[in-house]
Amino acid sequence: MELRGLSAVVTGASRGLGAALVQELARHGARVAAVARDEGALAQVVAAARREGGEVHAIVADVADKEATYAIAGSAAGLVGPIDLMIHNASTLGPVPLRGLLDTDCEDLERALSVNVVGPFRLTKALVGSMAVRGRGLVLHISSDAAVAAYPTWGAYGASKAAFDHVMKVWAEELRSFGVQFLTVDPGEMDTRMHSDAMPDADRSVLAKPGDVAKRIVRIVGRAEAFANAARVEASSAEVAS
Amino acid sequence: MKAAAWPRDDKLADRLLVVDRTMGSLADRAMGDLPEALRAGDVLVVNDSATLPASLSGVAPHGEPIELRLVGPAPGHDSTFDSARWTGVLFGEGDHRTRTEDRKAPPSVAVGDELRFGASLSAVVEGISGFSARLLTVRFSERDAALFAAIYRLGRPVQYAHVPERLPLWHVQTSYAARPWSVEEPSAGRSLTFELFARLKARGVEIATLTHAAGLSATGDAAIDERLPLAERYEIPERTVAAIERARARGGRVIAVGTSVVRALEGCFAEHGRLMAGAGVTDLRLGPSQRLHVATDLLTGIHDPGTSHFELLHAFAPADMLARAHAHAEATGYLGHELGDFALFVH
Repeated sequence: MELRGLSAVVTGASRGLGAALVQELARHGARVAAVARDEGALAQVVAAARREGGEVHAIVADVADKEATYAIAGSAAGLVGPIDLMIHNASTLGPVPLRGLLDTDCEDLERALSVNVVGPFRLTKALVGSMAVRGRGLVLHISSDAAVAAYPTWGAYGASKAAFDHVMKVWAEELRSFGVQFLTVDPGEMDTRMHSDAMPDADRSVLAKPGDVAKRIVRIVGRAEAFANAARVEASSAEVAS
Repeated sequence: MKAAAWPRDDKLADRLLVVDRTMGSLADRAMGDLPEALRAGDVLVVNDSATLPASLSGVAPHGEPIELRLVGPAPGHDSTFDSARWTGVLFGEGDHRTRTEDRKAPPSVAVGDELRFGASLSAVVEGISGFSARLLTVRFSERDAALFAAIYRLGRPVQYAHVPERLPLWHVQTSYAARPWSVEEPSAGRSLTFELFARLKARGVEIATLTHAAGLSATGDAAIDERLPLAERYEIPERTVAAIERARARGGRVIAVGTSVVRALEGCFAEHGRLMAGAGVTDLRLGPSQRLHVATDLLTGIHDPGTSHFELLHAFAPADMLARAHAHAEATGYLGHELGDFALFVH
């Protein structure tokens, strides 16, 4: 996918990997609608990308808010053009420290599903139809190895990420003839706030920097055609796993 | 025609009156039958504009309640949404539940007056139309992302008295909407689901898109209404020009989904003498004397005689067929207006 002039939406854009993806996409000449709840932090991300000459716009919204769906989709397309690339990066771990399933409140599972599955589903539904009738587009889900392996205490998060991975796979099948591609990316372990919330005692020196992972992910976007539709890609190797 | 007051849950159950001008026939079908009414080699052209919640409630300088219905970015600006200057039509106290022609007149405003919409958005009047004191050019206090945020937070979809219940924003978006250029839904595509698109593609019908800013369909101000539709911007992509040329080369039909698509295609032709890719603005009004140059067929809503939508149908079928189709639709309970049933004019 040609990055220059590409119209992109990135959620969870105010910090960590999302902020780095905005920066990296803008650096390659993409026009980016950056979505996050935290207005102040998002404004800083947008200002930083603009200082480097990028075309980036801030959309302050909660992807879990049903009422915000068409405001996000419409504002994004209105600001950067019909969307070619949707990156679902926003997600919630739920309450930390993480707890086993028997100690997880039902409401916390519901919240994880709302932010990590239903929200991205709604936003995809609002954006992918336009990609499909134009015959071009890429939807990328920032997933996790917790969506594949069964790690104790990662149940709510892992189940929600696995659920959206599956939504992506079904969508890829349904839109096979429409020219829209769906990729799931496992970014690997990164030195982000989410990681320190989940594992405060981890050795940060061995964790990847979000900026480096963003570079790899943007390279994956740039050569998305090389990956099979519905593929799961490890950002660390940028090779197709399974 | 009885007006639909709410969309049907099952879009494919919406009724479809197929009017074949070659056969001189009328056939009662459902939207789910659309693919069978089209042929391999045809191209279906949709308007991919999303719908802005373009009705803003606020107050005039002396505190009088007003409603401003946005028309679009003020003329003179390019097709990108990068400006704080917009045109809009001012309404007096009340809301959509009162018929537009029965609404209270708005307070008179002067250039320089400030209209306020909640605590976070205002607009200064910069111009007043020569033919109606209700048609204004305003400059908003916000622009770009902040203006979008304010409009989506404060605005509601434009709607009319035949739909009394408030429409949520998702009920005025097509399944393939992109840029929010329209202030009313391009409703002819309202029931095109992806099941239909998949079946159309499997049948050999191409799908192509353009973007056209569908405007207000009524204001209750005679001086404005007789000029509707006002000038509207459009953009036709290169791939759509190519798809239409391919369809013509193989003898396929060019089926416009909605009058807004006809206006974009024919407006572009009128401007350039041929169909070409790019952005433009058209004030073309189609009527009985108009010859079509690009669109050959039309999927549209059910329209009543006397409306500009109905006038445009004359380009797609002779007057006696239109009268027959209208009488049939009326007698057999088709629903009219933007949430109603559909008619397909083919040859």
